[in-house]
Amino acid sequence: MNSVHDIGGTDGFGPVRPELNEPVFHEPWEGRVFAIFAIIGAGHPPVPVDALRHQLERLDPVQYLASSYYERWLAAMENAILEAGTLTRDEIDAKIQQFAADPSLAIPRREDPALAEGIPSVLRAGQPVTRQIRQKPRFAVGDHVMTRNLNPHGHTRLPRYARGKRGVIAHHHGAHVFPDTNAHGLGENPQHLYSVRISARELWGDGAEANESILIDLWESYLEKDDRAAKSSAQRTSSGMKQAPSKSRLQSRKVSPRAASKARKKKPR
Amino acid sequence: MSDDPINSHHHPPVLSPAALRAKAIEALLLEKGLLASDAIDRIVEIYEKDVGPLNGAKVVARAWCDPTYKRRLLKDATAAIAELGFGGIQGEHMTVVENTPKVHNVVCCTLCSCYPWPVLGLPPAWYKSIAYRARIVREPRVVLREFGLDLPKSVEVRVWDSSAEMRYLVLPERPPGTAEMSEMELASLVTRDSMIGVARIEAPSR
Repeated sequence: MNSVHDIGGTDGFGPVRPELNEPVFHEPWEGRVFAIFAIIGAGHPPVPVDALRHQLERLDPVQYLASSYYERWLAAMENAILEAGTLTRDEIDAKIQQFAADPSLAIPRREDPALAEGIPSVLRAGQPVTRQIRQKPRFAVGDHVMTRNLNPHGHTRLPRYARGKRGVIAHHHGAHVFPDTNAHGLGENPQHLYSVRISARELWGDGAEANESILIDLWESYLEKDDRAAKSSAQRTSSGMKQAPSKSRLQSRKVSPRAASKARKKKPR
Repeated sequence: MSDDPINSHHHPPVLSPAALRAKAIEALLLEKGLLASDAIDRIVEIYEKDVGPLNGAKVVARAWCDPTYKRRLLKDATAAIAELGFGGIQGEHMTVVENTPKVHNVVCCTLCSCYPWPVLGLPPAWYKSIAYRARIVREPRVVLREFGLDLPKSVEVRVWDSSAEMRYLVLPERPPGTAEMSEMELASLVTRDSMIGVARIEAPSR
């Protein structure tokens, strides 16, 4: 979806401000929210990270920009819990009133030693997203590609700044779960994933530096062949270099002998 | 302050709206038996104490000392990092990119805050900030200069936007004057920022 989370290339947010000796969590509640989020993600059934990210990007845009990182997580977590029907708004509001009225009231503890002891191995196992698929990768390293101009209202990992841009396949990472469907409970639909290298000038115009590029991980359905680059490389091939077996010759093996002889009679342009 | 009626030791401090909301949600989920206090404590403890940039520093130091390890690391980072015992959530799939005198790599996540937890811990606030996410893909050299890293024009800059589940760790250049140092001493030189790619590692002062 095209919301404020998709912020790459946006101006006006001022300098980056590193903090010296930064604590992992600035306040205790941040650690609690982080941990609860992790437990929900690894729960039964696990909630895919894609769905949790989509909760974050569906926050009100003004709230998103005005919130701290863990305030965003808290709001997204609350929305996920409300949507799942685990808690109601009234329950949460009533509990907030109760704690606000009596700040000395502590959270009653509930212990589950087996769960707590299992935490390190759950974290260590993680949630790998590579899958074996039958489809062969459509692109190879070095191929020229064009990113598609996709604007879905749902979750996507193709940021706006990288849409409709020309790039080159730099790595093939195998098949990965496709977030655009997985975030919505529409299945994992694994696809080949590639690092695509796009020059800074392609992204930001001639004013950008010549020796800068972005490498971004994109799924196969975000990409199409860059015909313009393919044509110019074909022209280079025909004007001198020895030609590799052409695609049409390979394809002609599949057609019937009659059709193939017909095709041969056609004069090449 | 003792004269502050709200924050004196007789009364717990008034919680911020976010802290109050987080407290309410945690309490309700515990009441329903959906969470355990000790499991939450354990996760917080792991990320506050156990998992941090020292893990990544060990990977880098090993790669500097052992050329065959470095080759494995650049070819299949997930497996090579697992050799040192690190891996798992938000580091299930790893790629290591090497900085050289000619190429400088820097890592970001423009869409959220993806970061290789097993080797670097949880990301610092600046990495998650809107400013970093917005600017590093557009004007990396300007941002790097703000971090005190002024790269010569001749050095190529590659910005890795972590848009999928592949996580990136930068292998920084080994600083000069470290030939005599042990792997452990070298690991102590490696900074978090150098493994994100917003810093280089300075030669140790004698």
